[in-house]
Amino acid sequence: MATAQAQLKAHRGQAGESLLKVENVSLAFGGVRALRDVSFEVKRKQIFSIIGPNGAGKSSMLNCINGFYHPNSGTITYKGRPRRQMRPYEAANQGIARTFQNIALFKGMSTLDNIMTGRHLKTKATLLENALWLGRAQREEMEHRRFCEEIIDFLEIQAYRKTPVGTLPYGLQKRVELGRALAAEPELLLLDEPMAGMNLEEKQDMARFILDVNDEFGMTICLIEHDMAVVMDLSDHIVVLDHGEKIGEGGPEEVSSNPRVIEAYLGTSQEQEA
Amino acid sequence: MLYRESGQFKTTYAADQAMLPIRQDQIFLALVILVAIAIPFLVSNYVIQALLLPFLIYSVAAIGLNILVGYCGQISLGTGGFMAVGAFAAWNLLARIPEMPPLVAFVLAGLIAAGTGVLFGLPALRIKGFYLAVTTLAAQFFLIWLLQRPWFVGYSPTGVISAQTIEILGWRIDTPVDRYLFALAVVIIIALAAKNLVRSATGRKWMAIRDMDVAAEIIGIRPMPTKLKAFAVSSFIVGIAGVLWAYLYLGQLEAEAFDIYTSFDVLFMVIIGGLGSILGSFLGAAFVVIVPIILNTVPSAIGLPLGTAMISYIEIFIFGSLIIFFLIVEPHGLARLWSIAKQKLRLWPFPY
Amino acid sequence: MPMELSFFIEVLIGGLLAGMMYSLVALGFVLIFKASGIFNFAQAAMVLFAAMFIAGMNQRYGVPFWLAIPITIVLMVGVAWIIERVVLRPLVNQEPIIMFMSTIGIFFALIGFAEIIWGSRSRSLDVGIPQDPIFVGDMLFQSYDLVAGAIAIVLVLMLAVFAQRTRMGRVLRAVADDHQAAQAVGIRLSTVWVVVWAIAGFVAVVAGVVWGGNLGVQPVMVDVAFKALPVLLLGGLTSIHGAIIAGLIIGAGEAMAEVYLGPIIGGGIDNWFAYVIAMAFMVYRPEGMFGEKIIERI
Repeated sequence: MATAQAQLKAHRGQAGESLLKVENVSLAFGGVRALRDVSFEVKRKQIFSIIGPNGAGKSSMLNCINGFYHPNSGTITYKGRPRRQMRPYEAANQGIARTFQNIALFKGMSTLDNIMTGRHLKTKATLLENALWLGRAQREEMEHRRFCEEIIDFLEIQAYRKTPVGTLPYGLQKRVELGRALAAEPELLLLDEPMAGMNLEEKQDMARFILDVNDEFGMTICLIEHDMAVVMDLSDHIVVLDHGEKIGEGGPEEVSSNPRVIEAYLGTSQEQEA
Repeated sequence: MLYRESGQFKTTYAADQAMLPIRQDQIFLALVILVAIAIPFLVSNYVIQALLLPFLIYSVAAIGLNILVGYCGQISLGTGGFMAVGAFAAWNLLARIPEMPPLVAFVLAGLIAAGTGVLFGLPALRIKGFYLAVTTLAAQFFLIWLLQRPWFVGYSPTGVISAQTIEILGWRIDTPVDRYLFALAVVIIIALAAKNLVRSATGRKWMAIRDMDVAAEIIGIRPMPTKLKAFAVSSFIVGIAGVLWAYLYLGQLEAEAFDIYTSFDVLFMVIIGGLGSILGSFLGAAFVVIVPIILNTVPSAIGLPLGTAMISYIEIFIFGSLIIFFLIVEPHGLARLWSIAKQKLRLWPFPY
Repeated sequence: MPMELSFFIEVLIGGLLAGMMYSLVALGFVLIFKASGIFNFAQAAMVLFAAMFIAGMNQRYGVPFWLAIPITIVLMVGVAWIIERVVLRPLVNQEPIIMFMSTIGIFFALIGFAEIIWGSRSRSLDVGIPQDPIFVGDMLFQSYDLVAGAIAIVLVLMLAVFAQRTRMGRVLRAVADDHQAAQAVGIRLSTVWVVVWAIAGFVAVVAGVVWGGNLGVQPVMVDVAFKALPVLLLGGLTSIHGAIIAGLIIGAGEAMAEVYLGPIIGGGIDNWFAYVIAMAFMVYRPEGMFGEKIIERI
């Protein structure tokens, strides 16, 4: 029986290989253009960040990647295959998992059950087998429980296993959400502002988890974050969006010295502080 | 005082995932089942017929609806319609294929109800929340109308037909005790199967759809099969409840017996008992059966005789108010109060 | 005019006028939904409640209608106030579906309360609207239907003027647009809710008088009033003119179906026709004909 860690590490491909390629993607809602001609490439085992002021189109970009929005033009190539229009669950099936800016946990369920829902793509037992709690149903349940327990250990949330997630503090909810995404053994992990609203200590914990996930499991991560210090520390590669357009990209140093980026951020920096 | 779990350590995930992880609960359930088997021999036929049978059958219906509303978050006001489909399907199968064993006919009737449920559940793929609730009224009104067509009632001029006698492997079910025991067996099987379903991956998918359908889809849960499975399972169970209602309780079939107010009654049981709780379905059913009896006996006992009409008005008012009360104070219903009591008992007498 | 055609027009007009009745009830729903986002299942019960009080006061105590109707309107304001205090305020910020179920509770509490006071016997409610047949050529109409249609139109115009021209109307529209923004500029939501439920109560009084005058006041009335639900969904929950147009469509469609389809598949189609039409249309367009598009967010 392979451990969860080993399972998470398996089939991650070669570092540097292209995992996701976004080419000339545009998206509009009615007359409002959320994204204009955005292109970038996410390589395997990277920590890739999308930054930009509020309303720059970052979340819209993530929503396009996991099939919640459909770009009006442009192509998204995932694992070498150009993608047709798809439903979000199909993207999940292909190994894209994500967390949300405003936590989207299942509030009526416990921490453990929430993380277990992340495993369901791996379950095969039929309705009848589940109703009778026989054979495959029971065996699968135990396997997934073991897997999820390892994730719970990894995220250090053992004490909250059976707590309804709605009653957990914000920082822990974010962690549970990360756990649910990891449970799906994704190849590409999308994190939408994983540290929004956290205090310093919680941010440090979360940063450590993100680095560990990337280091130990070799998982490719694409994240959106407002905290520039965090982004500069974590990221291998950064894309900067402003008003739906890409205004810069590169490594942390390159981006932080890009005049267009500085201008976009200076324009909104007061707002950010307020 | 004896409700302690100290010393009971779970050493396997299987033990921790068991239906009733605490030993006292297992003993309690065994006792309840024993009492349930013994009770018909201790009480009058009237009590069985007026109290116990409706309670058991309503419990089945409430479990069925709870799966749809409490676990999957899809409100249905069509319960009566699906009960009627189950009942009439069973009658027509038995009437048209006399050699069919009743048990087979009942299961098939449940499956036909499930199919009907899926059909009327299809709009749920596009429509949500109260929009869906109103479209399930279409099922209620259409199905009751349909089942009054002459073909379905064997061209009976009154629309009322009597239920065939059931005989299962030589056991003729005709005394109240027989009917009670048969209903009890069905209730136990359905409750166990439902409990298994809701704690399995299937149940988690339903709850994920209920709590946040968009997020559920993004983590890979396909909304269509998940919702339709809930409609199918729910309607199957509700259909079986309809069969029991017609064959064990009424002894006859009449579409009007499954009108919109039946649907509301079952919804009340689910809300009062506890949304998303199998135990709550039983508590809710008991509550809805017992309250009218209390209203019928208590006022006259304290020297305040009320007419039967007045009692029914008061009943309507009380149920309406109770729904509001439970939604405000305890949306998880009686079942939640039960689990809070248990939680307190676990720590008693040192709650800190 | 050929027989078939005049009969067709007769059925059509009769259906349209009956449809206006559905619109009357649906209007109350729309008002509450727009201002508070609550799907008020109890609107049908409010109609019955109002009608039972008017007819009951008139017949049991001889209160004349000119007095019974204003008293009932005041009563409906009281009911609105109680609902806001007892139900809505404790449930504020709950999920819409919980709110919806609580209005099912209100539905039964109102009917139970009215029955405790007035019983469930059938009462007539004759406020003097003429019940004469009117012939136009060889087509037969009921004068009652025409008057009821006129009342419905006047009521809609009144509501439109109220919404557009008065201060309270502007406040209501502001709340309908954006709860939080409205609160931020100093609008008290609780007051708004009482007002809106009171207006819905007023609409229920009008609908109760018109319906009760035609069919008599009895608990079965509520089943008919239920049909305002599919009308509402078909029109779109947020649209006043949607409620009117959908009412006309369903009233006419139902009458046509009963007359022309009934002999083929059996009578009583009007029990379900409206629901099935609404369901079918919503699968095609979930927000109804004129409703605001439902946007999913994450």
